[in-house]
Amino acid sequence: MNMNGSPLNHGAAGVWAACILAAGMAGLAILYILAFIRSHRRGRSWPPHRLILWLSGASAAIVGILASSPAQAHAGFVAHMVSHLLFGMLAPLLMALARPVTLLLRALDVTHARNLASLLKMPPLRFVTHPAVAGILNIGGLWLLYATDVFGKMHANPFCYLSVHGHLFIAGYVFSSAILGNEPNPHPSSHVFRALILILALAGHSILSKYVYAHPPAGVPASEAEAGAMLMYYGGDAVEALLIFFFCRTWYVAVRPRPRLPQVKG
Amino acid sequence: MDLNHAKPNGSNGASAAFRFRSIGSGALFGLGFVAFIDETVFHQLLHWHHFYDKSTTGVGLVSDGLFHAFSWFATLAAFFMLSDLRRKNGLNAMSWWGGMLAGGGAFQLYDGIIQHKLMEIHQIRYNVDVLPYDVAWNVIAAAMIAAGILLIRSGKRARAARNGGKRR
Repeated sequence: MNMNGSPLNHGAAGVWAACILAAGMAGLAILYILAFIRSHRRGRSWPPHRLILWLSGASAAIVGILASSPAQAHAGFVAHMVSHLLFGMLAPLLMALARPVTLLLRALDVTHARNLASLLKMPPLRFVTHPAVAGILNIGGLWLLYATDVFGKMHANPFCYLSVHGHLFIAGYVFSSAILGNEPNPHPSSHVFRALILILALAGHSILSKYVYAHPPAGVPASEAEAGAMLMYYGGDAVEALLIFFFCRTWYVAVRPRPRLPQVKG
Repeated sequence: MDLNHAKPNGSNGASAAFRFRSIGSGALFGLGFVAFIDETVFHQLLHWHHFYDKSTTGVGLVSDGLFHAFSWFATLAAFFMLSDLRRKNGLNAMSWWGGMLAGGGAFQLYDGIIQHKLMEIHQIRYNVDVLPYDVAWNVIAAAMIAAGILLIRSGKRARAARNGGKRR
């Protein structure tokens, strides 16, 4: 357990930051339910399993926040890694699989949907949703967090805690979504290119795990850093296997054999 | 070329492409399989290898990370490629097994020579004379590559013979 003075030892002052994050996740869950209902009312059905994916993702995120919230003054580096896996990796993946942008475009009326579509086509958004950029923002952010003193600052300052966690979640989501390529995109990247980016990002994550193993963030005892790093490495493998599986599945669907001539069904 | 509609023995071009993809799928699976055995048997069950013995160079760490990521991806991708070949009736089983042995052997040789010896990421076993382990490791790898190449070549001959038989 951490003693006083460790960067993982937070005061109650930071609790509100974790509450904001959890409330944000609950808000996202409610918004998706509303869009789901609205899409059905407009006569455009939406598969219920995607609603379940979204709600599971939001729940995983909330569990992740609670696992290492500033209220858990004694929560160690291992608990922080549980949070990283759930809040930063699993939740964004499950939520990206739920295709929220496509649902939103269906739920909105024509004018708003058109506005949203042109917003999505704006250069800054297209830039950050490019797989390579999303990968750098996602993995690069993690390197900044664990290989610099950001990790210590995050636990000392609630605003830093909030912005770091916001970045982790959004970067994780944008990256998963860009790799899956399952939302409307006028300039989709090829499967080979996305596979390359995915492999590089996976490598960046496992290299960082071993870096953390050897170079604990300031204030983290070596034994906790080692246990946390191994959880990051093997837990990361488990979540990444899901991302690889669903990415390969998009390829498998894209290259399915299609009949040459339209078949007449009796 | 539109492979989606190719028949298994329809044309030599499509047949060669299917054979090539059978080898590729097998090689990716072999690479992932050897990496998986390495991880479960030598790291987790025997505890011979070390997770990270902290004497590793930066280059070694990057190489290790890239291969770990690639092998993880390759294992799953190989299954999807195999399913795709089967549903298109294009699987060349002998070429697939040949690819698997050659791919697995190539990764094991790379791991044994480059990663263990040159980059010194970790050794096969600690506190023992490691030479017999290294020799066994790399000889098995070379034998896998040789067997794989033999299978790939006989897969090519079998396919050629079958195509010849069809034409008669």
